[in-house]
Order: sequence, then structure tokens, then C-alpha cells
Amino acid sequence: MTKTIVIDPITRLEGHGKISIFLDDQGAVEDCYFQIPEFRGFEQFVVGRPLEELPRIVTRICGVCPASHHMASAKAVDACFGNEVAPVAHKLRDMYYNAHYIHSHTAHFYALAAPDFVMGPDADPAVRNILGVVGKVGLEIGGKVIRCRGLAQEIQRVIGGRNTQDIWCLPGGVAKPLKPEELEQIKPWVEELYDFTVFSLQLFADVVLNNPQYVELILRGPYTLDVHSMGLVDDNNAPNFYHGKVRVVDYEGNEIHKYEPKDYAEYVAEHVEPWSYLKFPFLKKRGWKGFVEGIDTSIYCATPLARLNVADRMATPRAQEAFEQMYATLGGHPSRALLAQHWARLIEMVQNAETLKAYCADPEITSDQVRVIPRTITGEGVGIVEAMRGTLTHHYTCDEQGICTSANLIVGTTNNNAPIHMVTKKVAQALIKPGVEPDQGLLNMIEMAFRAFDPCYSCATHSLGKMPLEVIIYRGGELVKTIKRNC
Amino acid sequence: MADKKLQIALYWGAACGGCDVAVLDTNEFILDVAAVADIRLWPIAADGKYKDIEAMADGELDLAIFNGGVRNSENEHIAHLLRQKSKLLVAFGSCAYMGGIPGLANLTSREKILETAYRRNPSIEWGNRVVPQPETKLNGKELEIPKFYRRVYKLDQVVDVDYYIPGCPPQPDRVRETLLAIVKGELPPKGSVVGAFDHALCEDCPRTKNEKKVKKFYRPWEIKADPDTCLLEQGVLCCGVATRSGCGVRCPTSGIPCRGCYGPPPGVTDQGAKLASAVASIVDSKDPNEIEEILAGLPDFTSFAYRYGVAASLLQRSYRQ
Ligand code: SF4
Ligand code: SF4
Ligand code: SF4
Repeated sequence: MTKTIVIDPITRLEGHGKISIFLDDQGAVEDCYFQIPEFRGFEQFVVGRPLEELPRIVTRICGVCPASHHMASAKAVDACFGNEVAPVAHKLRDMYYNAHYIHSHTAHFYALAAPDFVMGPDADPAVRNILGVVGKVGLEIGGKVIRCRGLAQEIQRVIGGRNTQDIWCLPGGVAKPLKPEELEQIKPWVEELYDFTVFSLQLFADVVLNNPQYVELILRGPYTLDVHSMGLVDDNNAPNFYHGKVRVVDYEGNEIHKYEPKDYAEYVAEHVEPWSYLKFPFLKKRGWKGFVEGIDTSIYCATPLARLNVADRMATPRAQEAFEQMYATLGGHPSRALLAQHWARLIEMVQNAETLKAYCADPEITSDQVRVIPRTITGEGVGIVEAMRGTLTHHYTCDEQGICTSANLIVGTTNNNAPIHMVTKKVAQALIKPGVEPDQGLLNMIEMAFRAFDPCYSCATHSLGKMPLEVIIYRGGELVKTIKRNC
Repeated sequence: MADKKLQIALYWGAACGGCDVAVLDTNEFILDVAAVADIRLWPIAADGKYKDIEAMADGELDLAIFNGGVRNSENEHIAHLLRQKSKLLVAFGSCAYMGGIPGLANLTSREKILETAYRRNPSIEWGNRVVPQPETKLNGKELEIPKFYRRVYKLDQVVDVDYYIPGCPPQPDRVRETLLAIVKGELPPKGSVVGAFDHALCEDCPRTKNEKKVKKFYRPWEIKADPDTCLLEQGVLCCGVATRSGCGVRCPTSGIPCRGCYGPPPGVTDQGAKLASAVASIVDSKDPNEIEEILAGLPDFTSFAYRYGVAASLLQRSYRQ
């Protein structure tokens, strides 16, 4: 009789992620589905709204990374208005956005990822959380983490007036300049953040890289996928989060595509399955080939590691050092080791802090010429930024009054829908074997696969770092066993 | 209640997560709450799932805080469950209180929403005819996802609600004050809006106010407004007159007009109607043609009047059929 296992992770933002595993008569995994049950329909209900309102409407797609939607939307709106933007506004937005990255990455690394490594993947679930981490690394470090995450939030508030549900971008620029006295207020915080990001990198080296068991898990666990990488790069092919071209590189390091945001629809398409509200993006020129790995696959990841995989170098010196060290350890560039996401995230944070430092020293940053009044309405625009959880595309069209006539959104986590679906199945198949009863270990392992992607439906756990899971095993509709992973 | 700890649950419907972040932003205060209360369910920070709630006795919870609106069958199920198990049910944030921004979907239809998302968008796979279904049969296996409703409901359209905390998201200081009041049992009459002030936003706005008379409306990008004068007086539509204070005047102090996320001020049932009458009263003309011309400067007025409250509006009735 067929067995069904349903894993219903209760924590989510974009919706619950639900995993349904089907076992055959022998107890081996026959099939596995990763489903997203939630859907809200932003693409249709922004139609009819004045375009300049969109950046402050679409932030409600996600309350944890609203700045990503705010920025992508602002850029799409700028393009609809002829792309005349005050130069210093681009700098200020980039500065703001780099601070947002530090806030989000800090939360992810310390609250969500660190428990696995600092406490160990097999540690008692009761201590495998941020409080356990603080207990082990010391209260002083715990305090530092909380303070620095707060500072990153505070920098955004000083620059843009608010740090959740952003309001600051307007077509042609931003609503308020950065006053010289505000810049002076930010400067010491930026220094502190830079030290903190370098410290975090060191902590990772001490705790993870000095432990052969962890290195083994990263390099040779079931957490590898033969799929391609996507990310935004600048003119030097270094990662940029706010500006640039989208580059797609295969897992052997060959460039597949490099495109301007406005051309995205030639390169990316979305597949629909009836059993999930979340679409499955793929490389359009290759066509949808199903959930398959291999050099010819049309499936790609858009994650911190993917961003570094598509880059030739980092944009700043200290981050570059770390980049070289990481790929030397991973056995070359690019890498398929999904758990290296955490390391890549820390390297990105160093670049974020170095970028902030550079802006603090830029005499133009306090200019009050932060907005130009647009003179033309072109009718169409695409904005792409790198959200923390993947390449984020907003595409709008409008009428001659600047009223939205259509919107298409490809959200960060959505890019990774197919890879998450695939790695989940892979881990399930590696673990659930005939004669082996699924247990706590299965949950931990699947959870680690999730965490590597930092998918939005689980990033709610950023706060205290636990993702409660429940596996329900049914045999012929009858409940056989419940396994629970508590906080 | 002195010897028994308060039993609390926090849960979400169709939410963005921002409301939970707002609760977290009260920082150490959460620990104070934890000292006097058992947090039985809070997916963002503590364990539990709604199976645990199903197992509780009716009224076993003292307080359930619900954020997000009701968009699908699962949201509705959870709302009913929490109502049954809790003595007090609080609608937290604009989505639960008024439907919120996702409620703008009620200005269109479910068919259009699904058609756009899965058939018409430029990145949809060529020739796709598939639209997600509540039930799918695949090789004899059944897969389920919740049913996507025709419209968004605010919480009290689905269950009985005791208190409302407005804001998108609510301001952390207000959250702190309100939770403290609840813990102490210092509660106003059932049905009250809590966690906000009893006057309109304009009263707390630091921008200088003179007589409001407007000959032309500007969209926020069309004008570089003076940073110290009331935005509405300068012809930029600001919803402060039709909005309850409580947020700390977050938008107008950042050079951006208010969009009304705190809902209507006391005594006003329909926020949009209030905004419309405020706008009508400042139009500086008696000539019907000129008035029409001036008002043409405010396209899509509905989405300003009801940015957070389509689901709560009187207007909703006509959209229901
Ligand atoms: S009220 Fe605002 S912050 Fe809260 S869930 Fe709704 S959209 Fe998000
Ligand atoms: S209308 Fe807006 S800008 Fe004017 S006083 Fe009220 S809140 Fe302030
Ligand atoms: S100013 Fe208005 S829209 Fe902005 S936070 Fe306050 S109530 Fe909400």
C-alpha cells in the first residue's frame, strides 16, 4: 500500500511550503512534491493604479524583504518615465539597499544558519537555535549581532524615513536627501558594521572550516545540484545588488546568457504546475525540460552562491580576498555545493559594508539634488535588482497618463522553486530507504536543504531561528506515525 | 488571573510577515510578555501548529492575535479555530482590520487575477493552459492546495472580533502599549480600536497648516513640494485628514503623503467618503467645469480613498455582485 508523508512547515512568509512524499510498497521514495499553497494576485490588482504608487504597494508582497520590491519597482517605474533619475538618488538607493542586505543576511546567518553549524546538525533541537548559539559563542557576541542588525535597520531609517514597508523612492529619484548631519550620524555605524562583517567571516572560518566533518558535509553531502546560476553583475562582472546586467553561467563556468533587464522576457519563462500556486521559472531559450539536472537543463538557481558563481570577482578588496579563499576551498569556481550559500552570504556582507564605506566618503552623497521631475512617459519599464533570495524582476506597462496597464513579477524565491523541489526530493531519496523508518534526522536534513536557499516562506524564522516541522505518515488514509521537531 | 499565566497565540492569515516583524521590533519587551504569559503559538518565533490549537479546549486561550486578511480556505479555517479557542480575538494590522493592500484585489475579479498570473503574463511558458487547482490527481496520487477565494475578507467578516489594532504594520511603540494594557486587563469596550490615538493624523503632523484651497492637484512626482508646509495645501493628495493618528506621522515627515494605513479616525465609518468630502471642500472653484478639471488631477481616486480598506468599505457592497 502506498504511504504518503506530508511535511507541513508551519513557518512561511509567501505561504506555507508543504512537502508531500509518496512511498512505494517497499518504502522507497516514489515521488516528492514541494507545494506552495498561497497566492495573492498582486500582478492584477496593481493594474489601474498610478505608477508612482506601485513602489509603496508592492512592498506588501513581503514584509521581511520589502526594500527589494521597493527598489525593483522604483526602477521599473523610472524606466516607464523615461529613466531620467538624479545621479545621487541612484547612489542613495544603492547605499540604502546595501544596508538592507546587511540586516537581512545577519539575521539569516546568525538566527537561521548558525545553529546548524555552531551547535552541530545533530544537536538537541532544544539548543539548536539562536539562543543556543549565543550560549555557545558568548553573550558578548550575541549582543554584537543584535546591535549590528539594529544598526543596519537604523541606517535605512535615517536615509529613507522608514525601514519596513518603504516609502522613499519616487519616479526620478527619492523623496528626501541625506543631510550632512545624518551622514555624520551614520559614519561610525558603518565602521562598526564593516568590522562586524569581517568578524563574521572569521567566526565562520573558526567554527565551520576548522571542522573537517562540516567541510565534508558541504562538499560531499546530498546537497549538490547540477543546475545553472543566475545573478546581477556590473561592467566588470562583479556582483551588484542594485544595478547591472543579469548573467547566467552553467555549472562548468561557461556563460550562457548576459542580458539587459529590459530583455528579460526573451531569456526567462515560467512553467505552471496545477499542484502549486508558485510558478517554476526556467531558461526560455532552452525550453522547459522538466525537473532535471545536467548540463542541458533549463533550471537555474538565484542565490548568494549563484551570484558569486556568475561573478568573475567581487567589487571590493576585502570581499575579493574572501571570494578567492572560498573557491579554493570548494575546489574551484563555480561551485554546486548548496551549503556554501552561507559562506557566500557572509562574503556578500563584506562587500555590502565596503560599499557603504565608499558612499560615506563620497562628497556628493549629501547633495540635495535627489530628484528630477520626469518629462516623458515611455509606457513600459523593467526593473531588476538582486533580492537577498534571488533575482527580482518587475515589469510594468502604462498608458500616457502613467497609469499601470499591466505588471509581471518574478520574485526572488520563485527562481529557486524548481531547485528547492528537486533538492528536497534528492534528500528524501537519500534518506528514506526501504526498511529505514523516517525519523528526526530526515527533518533536520530537509530543513537544512531549505535553509540553504533561505526561501521567503521560511524566512520568518529569521527571528529566533527554528523551523518547526511535522511529518505525518499515512498508510491508506490512516495515521501511522507523527514525527515532530519542536523549537 | 493572578496565579495563572495568560495564554496567548499569534497567528497569520494572508499576511506579508511585516506584522510579525513589527511585534519582533518591540525587542526586549517580548521577554517581558513571556514572563507573564505563555506564548502557545507564534510560528515566527515559537513552536506549534494549528493541530495543537485544535486539541485545545474551547476558550483555553486568553488572547489570540491574528494578522493578515482572509484570502483562502485555510485562512478561514484558522480564523474560526482561533475564535473558538480564545476568549479574546484581536485583529492586528490593516489586513486583519480592513483587508489591507491585498484587498485591492476586490476591485478586480478572481478570474482576471488567475488569468493574468498564469496565462497572460509575458513570461508564461508558451502555450500554457494550466492554472493551479485545489485538487490535482497525478498518477493516482492526490495533491491539495487551499481554495483561492473570490475576494479578500477582513477578519470580522468571517468571525466575531473583540479589538482592532490598525497600521501596516502597527508601530512597535503602540504594540508595546497595547499588549501591556491587555496583560493588565485595562481594556476599553469590546469592538474598540486600540493601539492608536483618538484624533486624525493632521493634528500630529508638524507641517504648517493654513487655509486649504487648491486650484490644481499634483501627483507626487510632478512637483517638488515645500518640506515644511502641509502637502494637501500644495495640491498633493495626502490622506492625513481621513486617517487616525498613531504611526508617528511616518510618511509626511519623510516628504511622502499619507495613504491612510491606520484607517479612519474616530467617528468616521467610511474612510474614502471622508477623504472625498475633504477633497471636495478644498477645491477652489464654483464653476462645475473647472471643478471637474481640477479633480481630473486625481486619477484612480478609489485606490487612494480605500488603499487599505476596499474590503471594509461601503463601496464593497456594489462589488459583491
Ligand atoms: S497589515 Fe501590512 S504589514 Fe501587516 S500583514 Fe498586512 S500588509 Fe503586511
Ligand atoms: S494633510 Fe498630510 S501633510 Fe497636511 S497636515 Fe495632514 S498629514 Fe500633514
Ligand atoms: S503616514 Fe499614513 S500611510 Fe504613512 S504610516 Fe502613517 S498612517 Fe500609515
